[in-house]
Amino acid sequence: MSTAIVNKIIPFSSVDGKGNRSAIFLQGCNYNCLYCHNPETIKRCISCKECIEKCKTGALFYNSFTNTVRWDDTKCVGCDECIKTCKHSSSPKTKIMSASDVIERVKKQMPYIRGITVSGGECTLQSEFLRELFFLAKKLSLSTFLDSNGTYNFSSDTELLSVTDGVMLDIKAFDNEEHIAITSANNDIVLKNAVFLAEHHKLEEVRTVVVPGLFNAENTVTNVCKLLHKYSNEVTYKLIKYRPFGVREKYKKVFITPSDDLMNKLERIAAGEGFKTIIAGNID
Amino acid sequence: MAKGKQLRSLSKKEVEQKRKEIYATITSTTLTHEQKLTCMTNHADSFMNVLKLPKGLEDLLYTSEDKRCICDLFEGHAPLRPRYICPDYQKLINEGCSFLRLSPPEDLFEALNTLLIFYKHVPSVTNYPVFIGNLDKLLEPFVIKEDKETAYKMIKAFLKHIDRTIVDSFCHANIGPEPSLTASLIMKAESELDDATPNLTMRYDEDITPDSFAIEGINCSLHCAKPSFANDKMFKSELGSHYVIASCYNGLIEGGGSYTLCRLLLNHIAERATSIKEFKKKTLPYVMRIMAKYMDERIRFIVEDSNFFESNFLAKEGFISRDKFSAMFGLVGLAECVNILLEKEGIKARFGEDEQALTLAREIMNIIDKFNQSHKNKYCVATGEHFLLHAQVGIAEDKNTSPGTRIPIGEEPKELIDHLKFLENFHKYFISGTGDIFPIDITVHNNPEYVLDIIKGGFKSSLRYLSFYRSDSDVIRVTGYLVKRSEMNKLDSGQAVLQNTTGLGLGASKNGHILSRKVR
Repeated sequence: MSTAIVNKIIPFSSVDGKGNRSAIFLQGCNYNCLYCHNPETIKRCISCKECIEKCKTGALFYNSFTNTVRWDDTKCVGCDECIKTCKHSSSPKTKIMSASDVIERVKKQMPYIRGITVSGGECTLQSEFLRELFFLAKKLSLSTFLDSNGTYNFSSDTELLSVTDGVMLDIKAFDNEEHIAITSANNDIVLKNAVFLAEHHKLEEVRTVVVPGLFNAENTVTNVCKLLHKYSNEVTYKLIKYRPFGVREKYKKVFITPSDDLMNKLERIAAGEGFKTIIAGNID
Repeated sequence: MAKGKQLRSLSKKEVEQKRKEIYATITSTTLTHEQKLTCMTNHADSFMNVLKLPKGLEDLLYTSEDKRCICDLFEGHAPLRPRYICPDYQKLINEGCSFLRLSPPEDLFEALNTLLIFYKHVPSVTNYPVFIGNLDKLLEPFVIKEDKETAYKMIKAFLKHIDRTIVDSFCHANIGPEPSLTASLIMKAESELDDATPNLTMRYDEDITPDSFAIEGINCSLHCAKPSFANDKMFKSELGSHYVIASCYNGLIEGGGSYTLCRLLLNHIAERATSIKEFKKKTLPYVMRIMAKYMDERIRFIVEDSNFFESNFLAKEGFISRDKFSAMFGLVGLAECVNILLEKEGIKARFGEDEQALTLAREIMNIIDKFNQSHKNKYCVATGEHFLLHAQVGIAEDKNTSPGTRIPIGEEPKELIDHLKFLENFHKYFISGTGDIFPIDITVHNNPEYVLDIIKGGFKSSLRYLSFYRSDSDVIRVTGYLVKRSEMNKLDSGQAVLQNTTGLGLGASKNGHILSRKVR
């Protein structure tokens, strides 16, 4: 059985898909969005040890046998000093877990949850683990969602699709130039995935974080709605208000939170095209 | 007046003290006229001494607040009616009422008017009705005959009338588990009215209640803190299909009610014991025996001496009958009780946190349950001649005493799942009511299914009763009843407010820290 680097597990989440779901956050992302709200999930820990001396409770230590920084969650008080110290967009507070380890943690929440959602980071980077985890979740009659930046070639992984009930897809910007400015990557695969997943009734939700000045949100929402208009009755459009929480200091100074007027305008565009539209105020 | 001979005479000092209290009531600037009348009744009652009190009660009940082990929740010294009365309103709709000269209503106008008239004659410990009917079932046949607009307007006016005239939010209406137009209109109106009264419960059964109807309820509760959700399967299996939810969250039988509700102050009882063993073997059983005897005597007086069942039209016309009554054996402060006992033994464990505390809590509950199962009262035929256990929600004066078996506010587990798992141990005991309350973060507005999943999971896991409210709403659930924050602020600044319960809420917000619950 394969393993994954798990950043955290939230037992009850109300913001990771419909109903009450356990949300599993995997470490590692292939994007580096300027406004990333959890930049500590982007890279894998390189065990530079800098965080160890900052830890006041002795929850971090170096294992010289494995040459890695390890974390003792029983001693951790969650001050996040380690994350503030890390210069590598990572966190020492991760666990290597197998799919069955994760399922054991999820089982505790049954029957209060209807499913699980795997997020990140970019969870599809650990796709073998995902397949195994979703297969086990399905056996427990839990629904399976994943949260993705859309860089994974879903069309080539029918096995993953067969155990995935829905994908919540980030579309950072519709215009490719703008997309590159935010993520340093092209968005052709993202848009291709949007259509592919919708065609296969696996597109649960499209998400766009609205950051005034960074890209033209109106243009993105309008064009995403056009692209997916055939599926408007089964896809939710979640418009997420940029907030400075968790954002790296150098970007925090640059970006501003969008006005309610702008959010409402975007909502009207998406709702006008028949999409169930949600405005989210916070990001986790 | 032969029984008058039994009255103990009062000393001059006692009389003077009572006269002072009466004068304070008369001249109060924060009580409404109706509240003053209620207080005056209580003052008059306090002169009475007609109950044959069990030996030992005095030391447990009439002692300083911080030492009190038994509390009778303001029922007075000569109960002139059962504490909670839950009339059969369907009978009223079907047959009318001869005492009140009401014929069976023929349309919605008449049905609502009939109910409003009747409510003014349903007594209780608060002098207001604590149960006002399964409003959806009562009204649906009339509602569907009206055009929807008119029906909505009338129901909204009806609910507003209730809020402004039944000035006490222990007044409770029930809806569900089946969906109905009436229930939907009630919830729509409540969302708009944002009033504390009436309290509202939706009976919920996953096999009967459609998700869409439950979601209407959840959305309504995130507006105005109601309805709460009752585990319909569970209540039906215990009390039969004619159970009702009255007052805060009390499971009782329609056409009956509860003669009395007394409560054990478990924390103060624990303080009187020197060890866990002594508490279990001696202290607790002793107090329980005395409380049961006291309740027996109160019930005896109501049934045998008060003439209530012989003279009140509700009983004479069959809206209530004695064989549907029971009584509520209440308790508060299990959390503090467990913590005090563990501390006495030098064990570092906390209620709501540690396994050892949970084990002790379960053992204590089993002792109480077993005692109740062995105690018989011949006037509680509706419930097998036994009282029903009740996790009491506390009163404004309670200090360092958590309601029923609740985890103290501020000590709730970090994760809601751990909180719920903990509750699974306790809800089953309390047929006549228990419940837990969760303020919910506003982001859930986009996802009411989140709350629905918690209700579904909870009721599968033998939870009995759950309430939710939005963390920033005006109407909030204090411990079981509802108040408006805006009215509490008004009262706090020295102005009179309409609802009696506002004062209780204000006390609870100061002593019980109800505004500091962990938001989920």
